[in-house]
Order: sequence, then C-alpha cells, then structure tokens
Amino acid sequence: MITLTHYLGVAAALFVIGIFGIFLNRKNVIVILMSIELMLLAVNINFVAFSSFLHDLAGQVFTMFVLTVAAAEAAIGLAILVSFFRNRGTIDVEDVNVMKG
Amino acid sequence: MEQFDFPIVLPEIALSVYAMAALLVAVYTGKDGLARIVTWATVAVMLALAAWIGLTGRPEGVAFGGAIVADAFSRFAMVTILLAAAGVLAMCESHLRQTGQARFEYPILISLAVVGMMVMVSAGDLMSLYMGLELQSLALYVVASFRRDNLKSTEAGLKYFVLGALSSGLLLYGASLTYGFTGTTLFSGIAATIAAGHVSTGLLFGLVFLITGLAFKVSAVPFHMWTPDVYEGAPTPVTAFFATAPKVAAMGLFARVMFDGFGNAVSDWSQVVALLATLSMFLGAIAAIGQRDIKRLMAYSSIAHMGFALVGLAAGTEGGVKAMLTYMAVYVAMNLGTFAFILSMEKDGRPTTDIQDLNMLAKREPTKAMALLVLMFSLAGVPPMLGFFAKFGVLKAAVDANMSWLALAGAVASVIGAFYYLRLVFYMYFGTEAKGMESRMAPVQWVMLMGAALVMILGVVNLFGIENAAALAAEALVR
Repeated sequence: MITLTHYLGVAAALFVIGIFGIFLNRKNVIVILMSIELMLLAVNINFVAFSSFLHDLAGQVFTMFVLTVAAAEAAIGLAILVSFFRNRGTIDVEDVNVMKG
Repeated sequence: MEQFDFPIVLPEIALSVYAMAALLVAVYTGKDGLARIVTWATVAVMLALAAWIGLTGRPEGVAFGGAIVADAFSRFAMVTILLAAAGVLAMCESHLRQTGQARFEYPILISLAVVGMMVMVSAGDLMSLYMGLELQSLALYVVASFRRDNLKSTEAGLKYFVLGALSSGLLLYGASLTYGFTGTTLFSGIAATIAAGHVSTGLLFGLVFLITGLAFKVSAVPFHMWTPDVYEGAPTPVTAFFATAPKVAAMGLFARVMFDGFGNAVSDWSQVVALLATLSMFLGAIAAIGQRDIKRLMAYSSIAHMGFALVGLAAGTEGGVKAMLTYMAVYVAMNLGTFAFILSMEKDGRPTTDIQDLNMLAKREPTKAMALLVLMFSLAGVPPMLGFFAKFGVLKAAVDANMSWLALAGAVASVIGAFYYLRLVFYMYFGTEAKGMESRMAPVQWVMLMGAALVMILGVVNLFGIENAAALAAEALVR
C-alpha cells in the first residue's frame, strides 16, 4: 500500500536532488535549468498527493499554475542563457564570473 | 465568481490591458522609435492609477473567493509601488536615449512587473501570491539582462534568474507543505487552522520554507548573494527600479503572508525574522565599506535598509507594520533621489560608477552636492533628516514589542553603516583634487534629486501624512 508518506518522501528526495544539482554542479548552466525543473516537479508531486489525500481540488489547480509558470520560466531562462553565450562564448558555470561574488 | 469582483481588480486589469495594447501598437508600427512615447504614456497611466487608487479609493473587499484582498494595506503599498515605478521610468528616459538603449519593451516589461507587484500586495491566497510573484520575477529577469550585447548585463540576468528560480522553488515547496497540513491555500483558512491550535511540525517546515523564499526576494542575509552582482551588472535605470518598487512589493507580500496567514503564530516566526533583520543590518553595513562601485554600494545599502524594515515586521505588532510601511515609503523617496544622481554621473562623456570620481564635486556642482549630502545623511539616519525618523520608528516598535536587543543591534549597525555614506560626502567636499566626473542632468532627474532632498528636510514636520495612511494600512492588516 502506497501512503501519503511515500509520496512526500519521493517529492522531498527529488527536491533535495534539485537543490544539490544547483549548488554542487560545476559544469554547465543547462544542468542548473534541469535542476530547477526538478524542484518544481517535486513540488507538483507534493501538491497532487496532498490534493488526493485531502479530497480537495485546490492542490491540483495549483499544479496546473505551477506547470504553466515552469514552462514560461524555462523559456526565459534559455533566452537569457543564449544571450549570455553570445557574449561570453561559453556556458560553463565557472565562467559566470565577470563580477566577483 | 460574482460580477462585483471585477471592480476590485480593475486597476490590475487596466494596467495589464494597457501593457498588452502598447506592446501590439509598438510592434506593428514604430518599434523602438516609439520608445519615448511609450515611456511617457506608461508614466501617465501609472500616475493616473496611483491617483485613482489613492484618492478616490477602489472598492474594498475580497474578490474571487478570497484570492484577492483589497484593503487599506494593499492600497498604501500599491500607491507607493506605482509612484516609484513612474518616477524611475520618468527619470531614466533621457539616460536610456543618450546611451542608445531606448527600447519600447522596457516600459512595457516594467508595467507587467508592476501588475505582478499589485497582485502580490493584495494576495489572499497562496495561488495568487505565487502567480503575482512569478509575473513580477519573470519580467525582472528579462529587464536585468536588458542590454543583451553587454556581458555584465547578461551575466547579471543569468545570476538573478538562477537564484530567483531557486527561491521561487523554495517558496513553492513551503506553499505545498502549508497546503497539505492546513488543507487550504487561503490565508484566512490557514489562520483559522492555526487559531484552532493545529500547528504541526509539517506546517512549521512550510512556514520556514515560505520565509526563506520571501527573504530571497527582499534580499535579506543570508539570502542576499545575488543583490550586489545584479545591481552592478544591470543597466543603471534597471538598478534604480530594482532598488525601489520590487522591494516595497516583496516587503508587502512578506507582511501579508506573516499577518494574514500566520498572524496567530507570531511567536513562531518573529524570532526568525528578527535574526534575518540583524544579519542583514550588520552585513549591509560592514560589507559596503570595501566597495568602490557606487551601484554595488547601493546594493549593500539596500540590504541594510531591508534589515531595518524587517525589524518593524519582526516586532509582530500593528505599530511595527506601521513603522515598516513608513520606512519603505521614505526608503523609496531616498533611493529615487540618489539614483537620479547616479544616472547623471559621467566622466569624459561616458557613464561612470566609481565613487572616486566624486572627488571635489562640491566645487563644481554645489547645489547637486548639497542635495546628495542631504540624501546621504538621510540614508545614514542622521537626526534632522527624514531617514532618522523612519529608523527611529522601526527601532521604537521593536522596543515596544520587548525586543530591546534588536533595537540595540539596529542602532549599532546604523552607526557602522553611517561610515560609508559619510565617506561619499567626504569625497565630495574634502577629497583630493583630480579630474573628476561631471554631472549632466535631464530636467526630470534634477527635479527628482532636489525634490527627494527637500522631502528629506521638509518631511520632518509631519511626514506629509504618510504616517496616518500607514497607520490605517497596518490596522487593516493586523486584526
């Protein structure tokens, strides 16, 4: 029997993998975009699981909004990345360092 | 959904319809040739909306099943946001034109961001909170990388995007936990669950994630790392915008979530917010000392100022919210004036941001130097200026809420922070003789600089009635 706890466990694991993907990744900015997507999808699992468990529709409505925003966010992220690549000629994370900090 | 829900969100609808119409018109006709007209039209629309909301008052109430709450609080925040955005657009227009960056998308993106901010400060539901926040953020990611042929600007946009998306993810995870453990996304429902005494560990986790996400947006330490780079890299008109309206919106949203949603659990979040406030005040004051770039310096200054505003929030009382709102209004006025000056800084015909170039400015430009001196004193919180009374207000709210240690920390941090503001004044009046900068100002920028400086002095009399409006707003929020 798969309970709410299992769903929450999977979502939490995916979310943490997403966060680590952003901070530990030293290679490529595309991986960061994938990690962000992973975080948002983990949240969606959370919402749907809670929604089904609570017999309440609001969580699934929220998921729809999150999916829409995630698509817009990916589009803008890639657009910014393309213009960065045109100026810098590389998208390695280590090369995003013109300004200190 | 009922038919009288729409009058409540009419300002948001009006501004978004305007933005879309302006986009279509500009794309199909003159493109960037229309940049100037679109900018001034946007300023006019924003001023008209601010006058409409502020003077006649839109109908107050709850719309769309609680998703949008229109009360005195959202009204105060909306008017501040609209005026700040209109001010920034008006004073940046000539700068964008002279540096060859005039694009019609800039005012349109700013209006869309402002729509998002208006939704943020009137959110009554986790969903409208998220949608407003994302509308604002997505527009701001784009304007940060606005000079797409410039390496620094695109890098600033990339950094802002990655950290902003991360913070939205954290906020969203908190929202999902809050939803799961209270069974509703409505702030009023969350408050009712907490009032019934069901504060579970899961809900506390959700609260912590929500605070983390919001702290990113107000750039409170330890979630501030994006601020200096984005302020430095983004074009100066964009930086001027980042330092004003989005900060008001983020603080307004912070207060909304904390009081509307978690107002019955003040003791659970007030210590966390107090910690964020202390760290921000000290880091903002200390890290700014080593800065040579005035935009980076203003970034640390804004971190410190957000710390002071959070002190008002951490007090968790009506007086605290009132002091926080007053603080934000004064902060916006000070920053508008300061950035009007930064926009005009030029050396050998090129824009400069090095603070060394301020050397002996008082000799060449006595009036402007005097105005900037007043603004710097006000930012530092030196007594006769308005900035001092704003700081005094939040610190007093903290003392009234039995958090004297926080007020003491604030006083110490403001003394440390005064150093770098006074150093700018020192450069202007007693610096070494060198070929410094000249300040070429458009009339609007001159009016903004002098106006802001005058407000800092004359406002001492009665704060222009801001305090009463802020008191009404705080009363509506803290029930």
